[in-house]
Amino acid sequence: MTSNAWMQLILYFAVLGLLAKPLGWYMARVYLGQPCCGMERVFGWLERSIYRVANIDERHEMGWRQYAVAVLLFNAVGFFAVYALLRLQGMLPLNPQQFAACTPDLAFNTAASFATNTNWQSYAGETTLSYLSQMLGLTVQNFVSAASGMAVLVALIRGLTRRTTATIGNFWFDLVRSTLYILLPLSIVVALLLVSQGVIQNFRPYATVNVLQPTVASDGTKGETQTLALGPAASQIAIKQLGTNGGGFFNVNSAHPFENPTPISNFVELLSILLIAAALCYTFGVMVGDTRQGWALLAAMYVIIVPLTVFTAWQEQNGVPAYTALSVDQTAHVDQPGGNMEGKETRFGIVNSALWASATTAASNGSVNAMHDSFTPLGGLVPMWLIQLGEIVFGGVGSGLYGMLMFVIVAVFIAGLMVGRTPEYLGKKIEAYEMKMASLVILIPPLVVLVGTAIAVIGPGLDYAAGNEIKSNLNNPGAHGFSEVLYAFSSAGNNNGSAFAGLTTNEPFNNLALGLAMLAARYWLMIPTLAIAGSLARKKFTPPSAGTLPTHRPLFVAMVVGTILLVGALTFVPALALGPIVEHLQMIAAS
Amino acid sequence: MATTHKARPLFDPPILRRAVIDAFTKLDPRRQLRNPVMFTVFVGSILTTGLGIDALITPGAESAAFILGVSAWLWFTVLFANFAEAMAEGRGKAQADTLRATRRDVQAKKLSKPEYNATRSLVSASTLRKDDVVLVEAGDMIPSDGEVVEGVASVDESAITGESAPVIRESGGDRSSVTGGTRVLSDWIVVRVSANPGETFLDRMIGLVEGAKRQKTPNEIALDILLAAMTIIFLIVCATLLPFSKYSVAAAGQGSPITVTVLVALLVCLIPTTIGGLLSAIGIAGMDRMIQANVIAMSGRAVEAAGDVDVLLLDKTGTITMGNRQAVEFIPADGVDLPHLADSAQLASLADETPEGRSVVVLAKDRYGLRGRNVHDLGATFIPFTAQTRLSGVDFDGRKIRKGAAQSVEQFVIGNGGSFSSDVHRHVDGIARQGGTPLVVADGARALGVINLKDIVKGGIKERFIELRQMGIKTVMITGDNPQTAAAIAAEAGVDDFLAEATPEAKLKMIRDYQAGGRLVAMTGDGTNDSPALAQADVAVAMNSGTQAAKEAGNMVDLDSNPTKLIEIVEIGKQLLMTRGALTTFSLANDVAKYFAIIPAAFATTYPVLNKLNVMGLATPSSAILSAVIFNALIIVALIPLALRGVPYRAVGAARLLRDNLLIYGVGGLVVPFFGIKLIDVLLVTLRIV
Repeated sequence: MTSNAWMQLILYFAVLGLLAKPLGWYMARVYLGQPCCGMERVFGWLERSIYRVANIDERHEMGWRQYAVAVLLFNAVGFFAVYALLRLQGMLPLNPQQFAACTPDLAFNTAASFATNTNWQSYAGETTLSYLSQMLGLTVQNFVSAASGMAVLVALIRGLTRRTTATIGNFWFDLVRSTLYILLPLSIVVALLLVSQGVIQNFRPYATVNVLQPTVASDGTKGETQTLALGPAASQIAIKQLGTNGGGFFNVNSAHPFENPTPISNFVELLSILLIAAALCYTFGVMVGDTRQGWALLAAMYVIIVPLTVFTAWQEQNGVPAYTALSVDQTAHVDQPGGNMEGKETRFGIVNSALWASATTAASNGSVNAMHDSFTPLGGLVPMWLIQLGEIVFGGVGSGLYGMLMFVIVAVFIAGLMVGRTPEYLGKKIEAYEMKMASLVILIPPLVVLVGTAIAVIGPGLDYAAGNEIKSNLNNPGAHGFSEVLYAFSSAGNNNGSAFAGLTTNEPFNNLALGLAMLAARYWLMIPTLAIAGSLARKKFTPPSAGTLPTHRPLFVAMVVGTILLVGALTFVPALALGPIVEHLQMIAAS
Repeated sequence: MATTHKARPLFDPPILRRAVIDAFTKLDPRRQLRNPVMFTVFVGSILTTGLGIDALITPGAESAAFILGVSAWLWFTVLFANFAEAMAEGRGKAQADTLRATRRDVQAKKLSKPEYNATRSLVSASTLRKDDVVLVEAGDMIPSDGEVVEGVASVDESAITGESAPVIRESGGDRSSVTGGTRVLSDWIVVRVSANPGETFLDRMIGLVEGAKRQKTPNEIALDILLAAMTIIFLIVCATLLPFSKYSVAAAGQGSPITVTVLVALLVCLIPTTIGGLLSAIGIAGMDRMIQANVIAMSGRAVEAAGDVDVLLLDKTGTITMGNRQAVEFIPADGVDLPHLADSAQLASLADETPEGRSVVVLAKDRYGLRGRNVHDLGATFIPFTAQTRLSGVDFDGRKIRKGAAQSVEQFVIGNGGSFSSDVHRHVDGIARQGGTPLVVADGARALGVINLKDIVKGGIKERFIELRQMGIKTVMITGDNPQTAAAIAAEAGVDDFLAEATPEAKLKMIRDYQAGGRLVAMTGDGTNDSPALAQADVAVAMNSGTQAAKEAGNMVDLDSNPTKLIEIVEIGKQLLMTRGALTTFSLANDVAKYFAIIPAAFATTYPVLNKLNVMGLATPSSAILSAVIFNALIIVALIPLALRGVPYRAVGAARLLRDNLLIYGVGGLVVPFFGIKLIDVLLVTLRIV
């Protein structure tokens, strides 16, 4: 790898780390109800009027069950609203391209996808959705699904910090403040930065332009003109990145020049992917009264993502042995990026594509600026595995950290036993109930991913492999086809939303199966998480002593990392062996 | 402390024999169902046996020998786990048998009313109910647990405690409780029975050591849940591998799908069988270690809680200090020379048989070379201590030598026409300030000087407290002394805190305060007035020599009645948890190597390139799978000693403990199976088994 590559990697992770503290500190103030640097002078009236109009007493404390019901009901309303919007889009305004209503299965899949913060896209934005659907349906969900995740995290933190009480805060308070004081201001800043770089923001009908180089199709027809899709992109992209949503305005997502035109827009978008998730670690530290605890979690995330990112970049830069055999120059020099550039944008190159791939899969973002399907086998294994780890290395805003905390609970449990005490985290004893709930959280994603993949490959997949191509949804044969299906279900079953592509998913089976996977992965995990919050809040606080396992030291970070990697590896190694690993070995063996 | 108990050897041949038989009887599916991990292996064994028999009848692609080989080792896995449990139980059973031998049915002399002279009738001990009254005379076995209501006797309790020296049991006070199965050696006592048949201390003890009523402890349940979750995950991993494999075969156009035998083998290798198979053995062994330490825990929960203790309440007398105060210094009054004071002090104490008096004689001998003299040989008259004078001493050669508390001696001196000089007062105050007890020695009208009686802190106790502090445990000394004295002794012994002028109420309040602060409190006690505090404490160790009420209130009984035992109890509790944690880590870390063995083997025909992952260079696919299964079974046997003995605990603080255990059991768990599986593979090939 070139020194330029190293510089870009270091710059990205350094800036991310530097921003975590100020933003994290600010978010803690938001959730603790403290003055928020004058932001309440801008949005305070809006916050108060929302409470007044909706008849909410934001100081009313909720038990975990009430909190869970509020989250679920609110998300259900969002789900049905998007479904209705998509089904009725043909009759609604702001639809210059006159797109018709979505099919029921696509509407279901899309509504589930955006309510769950997955943003899996079975549709292509510019050929399917009206501006109204994009803005009122998807962009709104981008905000509130992210805010829901953050709210649940805050409830869990309260559970950890409160003592002998039955309540964990108020969902509406957490939801409204997350949206108004965190997501909205940040989105405005990012949207303006993006517009400055040339990201489009308009309501115009699509433009038809003459091409500079006419194209000739296989049947001889000449292509002289091209339709340019337009629309209010910048505002949606800002929140899609910040809220770890990832649903692109256009089908090719942030590889599209109107979504991501320059290296600077690329850096801003890339930073936005992990920004809030990283800063929430610091928020966690502030709220539990020991910022070292937050840094420890952030360190654990860095320890996992940095080597994997470097590995992906290295794999991609190494290129493909088959080309080497043909004496194709794959080295990086002034004239070319070298390596495997298939499916990558020339304006981003190898490093920024690899960096984006690992950031978007580490976070449950799912936006892309390069096609993961075209990565080298091991380069593509990394994003897939980052998803399979459970979207907890950064993960979705809020949801990533609460998922991480479940792994911390498991790590604390095993480590606690090893030092001869009933395990405790931040002074709260981890007992059978917490283990039951944490086990559920760890159990459900692999269940969804593996069972979903199994059903998909013995159904349509096996038909394809047997030569019945008609029924197939797979566009690639062999081990790579398997990787594509595995990736799709990993993505849906962990609420990531990125795709390996290469798999046609807009058909009833995949829409339904993946939609259900997304719903299961999101809400089956939220409920046990809130249950733990409630159970922890009821517990007494045990003051630390020399016999207490310190949870902020490098050793414990290593223990958490080890637990995550071991569980992740043990669960998915056989499947990965039959997909990317076989592909890699075959690729080497062939040359 | 002379104890006849000695640690039972780990592999006692009779226990070993019984455990082998029990390993088979435990194959009962109802017993297997209790442990989800081992039940999964059990089902897998049955499944593969069926497949093997089927392959014998109608030979298929997979050889019957291979299937039955895998099946046999799966059965061994189950049997080894059963064996581990049986070994742990066996040690308890052996102990129970010894105890049961003492519970012979004896004849009891039942009294019509609780008086020695009441009419007596001979009944069988097993018919005695609570509140019956019996007479026990010299040579009789005490028929049941009870409280002495009349009389005093020396009792041989060695059957229960292993302590050969007889103990005194008498009515009233803190030595009134007697245990069924012990023998009265001299005199007689009238006992009110306090337990119905089957509920006596001995019965409970037998039940506990046999593990008959063993309930899962809270941490064990939590770990069980985690292990069950891991088992379900691996079940899904293996079950979905079949469709994945079918797809791969179709896609690659070669090979055959993974067989059920290989899937079961993979499943058993992946699920945490090492810890699953040893889990109950670890729990039983923990209780057993308590018993080896002569402590009877009323529940496994109490043993586990011992590991969590943050605060230890220790009685000063007998635990931190020697039972009695001892003379450590003579301080002469102005104008008196030291040998003269020592001589007089010795004379005053010659006939004083109290431990304090004897310690004065010892000090005089050790420090001033004054040999002990006999009061009668000297022709001296011993003046004993009385409640009126509060002095003792001798009249000898016309001298009136007395010693006693400052106030009493001052009265004596004044009565003889003398007075205390100011320096005597100063010495008296100085000693009191430092936590000592001043005794003044006077000769007629003249105060000669002061003896400093001090509490002697037990040797080595300070080091134990330092250790406890490193373990994160706070020590609190409980004493009836005034705060000044208490502070001095606390500083000398190195305890973290003290409770002076302690009353039962103050003790109870202190425990509640600590508990409200989220701490777990352990204490020892023997008197009836300790009962409320014992009942409140999380870990309460009652002394076997204590009252019935104290034993009822506590959740452990120390048969040696040694208050320092608390420290050992805490260590045993910690060991129990550490052993579980260490083996869980080891078990999960093992899986990495097993993947490297089985994955290439399972897909060898479909994707031959996967053989690159065969980093151990295992000979053939079937030898690889068999080796992994055999390793998985043998590692259970190899770890039985560790499970029974427990991971050693050292007081080094949590962080270091975690680092060391992670290195040994985490990293070790990753590395060991690579070598183990390779070795077994080489053996299999050399022996031409595959």
